[in-house]
Amino acid sequence: MLEAGGEEYLRAGALPHMWCPGCGIGIVLGALLRTFAELEYAKNEIVVVTGIGCTGKADDYLSTNALHVTHGRALAFATGVKAYKPGLKVVVIMGDGDSVTIGGNHFIHAARRNIDLTAIVINNFNFGMTGGQASATTPGGKFSSTTLYGNPERDFDVSALACVAGANYVARSTPYHGWALKQHIKEALCKKGFSLVEVFSPCPTNYGKYNEMGDPLKMLNWLKEKGVSREKYEQLEEPEKEDYFAIGTFCDRNSPDFNSRYEEIRARATGKG
Amino acid sequence: MKDKTNTYEIILAGSGGQGLVSSGIMLGEAAILEGKQVMQATSYGIAQRGGLASAEVMISSAEIIFQHVQKPNLILALTEESLNLYLPQASSGAAIFYDTTLIQTTFVQKHEKNNLYGYPFTEIANELGHSGVANIIALGVMIGKSKMIKYASMEMVLRKHFSGKTAEMNVKALYQGRRLGEGQI
Amino acid sequence: MEDVRLIQGNEAIAAGAIYAGADFYAGYPITPSSEIMTEAAKIMPKVGGMFMQMEDEIASVAAVVGASLAGAKAFTATSGPGFSLMQENLGVAVMGEVPCVVITVQRNGPSTGLATKPGQADIMQIRWGRHGDQSVIALTPGSVAECFLMTVQAFNFAEKFRLPVILAADEVVAHARESFALPKPGMIPLVERKKPTVSPEKYSPFAADADGIAPLAAFGSEYVSHISSSMHGPDGYSNNDPENAIWRINQLHRKIEMHRDEIVLTKSYDIDDMDILVIGYGATTGACRAAVKEARKRGLKAGVLQLITIWPFPDKEIEELAKLVKTVVVVEMNYAGQVAGEVRKVIGSEIELKRVNKYNGQIITPQDIIETLK
Repeated sequence: MLEAGGEEYLRAGALPHMWCPGCGIGIVLGALLRTFAELEYAKNEIVVVTGIGCTGKADDYLSTNALHVTHGRALAFATGVKAYKPGLKVVVIMGDGDSVTIGGNHFIHAARRNIDLTAIVINNFNFGMTGGQASATTPGGKFSSTTLYGNPERDFDVSALACVAGANYVARSTPYHGWALKQHIKEALCKKGFSLVEVFSPCPTNYGKYNEMGDPLKMLNWLKEKGVSREKYEQLEEPEKEDYFAIGTFCDRNSPDFNSRYEEIRARATGKG
Repeated sequence: MKDKTNTYEIILAGSGGQGLVSSGIMLGEAAILEGKQVMQATSYGIAQRGGLASAEVMISSAEIIFQHVQKPNLILALTEESLNLYLPQASSGAAIFYDTTLIQTTFVQKHEKNNLYGYPFTEIANELGHSGVANIIALGVMIGKSKMIKYASMEMVLRKHFSGKTAEMNVKALYQGRRLGEGQI
Repeated sequence: MEDVRLIQGNEAIAAGAIYAGADFYAGYPITPSSEIMTEAAKIMPKVGGMFMQMEDEIASVAAVVGASLAGAKAFTATSGPGFSLMQENLGVAVMGEVPCVVITVQRNGPSTGLATKPGQADIMQIRWGRHGDQSVIALTPGSVAECFLMTVQAFNFAEKFRLPVILAADEVVAHARESFALPKPGMIPLVERKKPTVSPEKYSPFAADADGIAPLAAFGSEYVSHISSSMHGPDGYSNNDPENAIWRINQLHRKIEMHRDEIVLTKSYDIDDMDILVIGYGATTGACRAAVKEARKRGLKAGVLQLITIWPFPDKEIEELAKLVKTVVVVEMNYAGQVAGEVRKVIGSEIELKRVNKYNGQIITPQDIIETLK
């Protein structure tokens, strides 16, 4: 069970939230705020950056510093914030549209640059806000309002993408695995360098509706049954892998982050290096 | 070689990679040392190497209003193509200096009397040990003929831009140019 | 002893930014603005500032806005295609009232066009390139000296009025080198953004004072701030109330309108007894002035108005001078007469309006203008 806490980071009077019954975004946000409390972050040292879409609404519920920006560009705005003021705790909350569909270029470059911030990607496999259209994470063959006869394209593995692009920490979890989710968020926040927590998240209203999981419980069960540890996932036969997904930590390393490297550059430029 | 307002409008032309823009900048910097106003513009093409390249320099004791040379009074042409392009300027009073090492003399003989001054800039540069100083030798000639700036100013700028052996070679090239213009070579 | 240097327009822009206190640059290389970026790369780490090469121009403006909200004096530089990419996030700077400077060195277009040649065809894009109701400040330097001075001015306006300021240079002034005496530190007053003085719990990032400007706290200060590209109330949180939207859009316009006379900068030459007014801006200023000098030798009484602030448009200044003449000539490097159209709006249909337009990547010469004055 999740322990309560983190209410101080919620904007007074902001609840109830706007997300649909069965949506995972509120659970992820709750886990983030509880982690803020556990780590005793001050509101004025946190900057939460959001883009556009269902997930992009998250900033309106927060009492921390927040920056709400254009679709797909949240990471680039956050990069400027963090690069200029490295002492800030910068968290970017995005959906799959923001992070790897319209914003894919910023995503791989933020990981490559190893900018010290935490990206939380709430991946619900479709564009929820605009009516359930396919995104870059809609699996091949799956249905959406723009893939009514099945998706002819393949999906990105967001976590794998971040790993190869150079992230220092990458983990995947789900709202069903609430405790593990919060642990991953905590590890990500404590990690210096680019960290990603990808959350496979239910969207019964749209993605579920198009893929025979319109009942919120059905989607949650799907996450529970199909989310398996990396070890288990690796042991699966190839055709089976299609139905399951791995959860857990995918990479954990300590390459110097952008600001640390830039300090070396500054020292060299001023003849102190 | 200058107009009533003491303005020199200079074009250094040739091909990309001949150091024309940096020569133009150094000439301009030398003029600044003498309290002059300077404007320098570059013809900026996709081809930074090869093809026609030119640098414009304007030196004046008054404010220079328009950014580009309108009536050149001094032209350096290091290639046949550039000489061809600027040849008509000679009849309107521009003094054109060209490189006899690189441009066939038969080509220019028929224009000999029209303000054309041919010198073996590249040949002399090679004698000094580096073809790259041909433009500095040319400037050495042009400074002497026009009196647009003092040699000492140019020398000071060359010593600022280059160091060690390169500086010495460039300064030597400048004064070789002076002697060349004075008919001592 | 004055520090006179032969300095390039782009270098002067970078030097002006440093003079103004810029300590953050994020950009993406593009001709003919790249020297601004390479200068920033050279200088920023030496002065304790931050230089970032971003993945594209979209990210460049984004990083600039983010850094500014963290307290930086931030800027970026680009040219036509990159400026097009910047529009959406420039809108964030407008809506979020984020001080920053965007330099666009105009080149010939459309699209990739003549990538290394000058143009002045982005005047309307600068004004209207972003969707939605808004107003911006844009300055056009007409010389290398003005590249420096107007960059400092751009930062001062950005900080004072809490908005993005566009410095619209062009390839001619950006690549020209001129002798220029670099101002000593302290010679030009610098403006810093207004910071909140209320207690942190009372701070609203969009609550404007009587001067139309809301104080801006930096992320990481004792204040907490919520900055949003969505329609928001004074506290920065989403607000869908129609009355609020009116307040917000009015506010974005009125802070510029209130200070219009301070923002609009022009220069005039030879106007006292003129009966022809020649209007130029940016690169064409020099050609206009040279043409008018020549015209006067030939007995034509012409004068020049140089528009330095191009947006908000110098309507009052043009109206005043147009009263004195029979003919107005607008000189610009575009086909449609983007500024000429604005001039026509100001002077009405009674006064003759002539245009000198060139859009082949070549500069407009004094001779081109004299032909029209005859």
